[in-house]
Amino acid sequence: MNNADRYSTRWLRATTAVFLKDWHSELRTRYAISALGMFVITTISIILFSLGGEPASPDVLSGMLWVVLFFAAMSGLSRTFVMEEERGTAMTVQLQSPPSAVYFGKLLFNLVLGAGLTLLTVVLYALLINGFVIRSYGLFAAVIALGSIGLATASTIIAAIIARANTKGTLYPVLSFPILLPLLMTVIKATRMASEGASWSDAGGEFQILVSYIVVVMTTSYLLFEYIWKD
Amino acid sequence: MGLTIAAENLRQVFNRQTIFSKVSFTVGEGTVLLIAGRNGSGKSTLVKILCGVLTPTGGKVTIDGDGALDQFARKARVGLVAPYLQVYEEFSALENLHLSMTLRGFRSDPSAHRALLERVALDPKRRDPVRGFSSGMKQRLKYAMALSHHPPILVLDEPMSNLDADGTAIVRSIMEDQRKAGILVVATNDLTDCDRWDTEVNLNEQR
Repeated sequence: MNNADRYSTRWLRATTAVFLKDWHSELRTRYAISALGMFVITTISIILFSLGGEPASPDVLSGMLWVVLFFAAMSGLSRTFVMEEERGTAMTVQLQSPPSAVYFGKLLFNLVLGAGLTLLTVVLYALLINGFVIRSYGLFAAVIALGSIGLATASTIIAAIIARANTKGTLYPVLSFPILLPLLMTVIKATRMASEGASWSDAGGEFQILVSYIVVVMTTSYLLFEYIWKD
Repeated sequence: MGLTIAAENLRQVFNRQTIFSKVSFTVGEGTVLLIAGRNGSGKSTLVKILCGVLTPTGGKVTIDGDGALDQFARKARVGLVAPYLQVYEEFSALENLHLSMTLRGFRSDPSAHRALLERVALDPKRRDPVRGFSSGMKQRLKYAMALSHHPPILVLDEPMSNLDADGTAIVRSIMEDQRKAGILVVATNDLTDCDRWDTEVNLNEQR
């Protein structure tokens, strides 16, 4: 009988259900995918035209890559909570699932969406931007992966906070910036190091910061989510 | 003793305005609790508190065995139908029922879902998104979703809204079954919605 299932089994089922609900909903409505795709293409085009074929330094190019990723995340990763509020289904989920299942289901959705966004941006950026050269591929892949996870983790909890505000659109990047600043500074530096051919040991400090950032934000989000979500 | 809901000295304040205060009652299995009051008296607020989606400013609600149950079990005890509770419009009725079960951590049973849709007189073969449904059909789907996990406590806020005569008859039958099986809570300002009740909370008198 269903009721006999263990708590962990039911939690996993509910978390997966939250993720799949958002995933199928996104595939049918394409709100976030369209917003992210258009944003990335538009922004990279503007960078391309403004550079005009002139090579820029690795510092500038690394910074611009993360500027694109930051603002793209701001335009798409809040949808998972904002949509629930806008269509009035937040209470339906509150009534059915415990907060931890909602949080991790939505975090999983944002991680997948964030990974797709990062992949699209990096591929377009590497193909189109003149002078963006990576010399340490493994290091670059690790930085991009950890940066994407950090971006999705922080964006998820901030989206939950701003979902009920009247000025969601402006509040989201404004609130995100100070929280994401340590992450952005670290990934920009680590991306520059990867483009300059630094070794893993050279970037050890940056990786420690990135992993610590993800662990701290995820743990804090998990602890605070019930208070943010309920009332 | 069977299942009981006990509310002790509930008080709700929004923006420094007291919506209601000193609301206390106890209801047990096999009873109907009527929450009455004019518009703005706090019926829906009290319903949300009873369902655990809103924390009251003061007082508390205790449902038997709260401490011994995990969060899934506590949520599974309540089914809610209310105008402010929305369904997922991009999904079909069957998909909404599937979600209603899996979000609660239960396994989904398509044959049980089809039977539920038949009970509320919705076509179980329909695969189109709910956004094409009329408001009355969405209300029927809300009943199917609220009953999908066989909750011992069924909470109905404005139970007959948007329903035609057939829909009203179906809801009366659901209310009668629930009264026998557990606890029925009805919040309404139209007393014809509820044939009989055992306990009444009149929020007009609770400011």
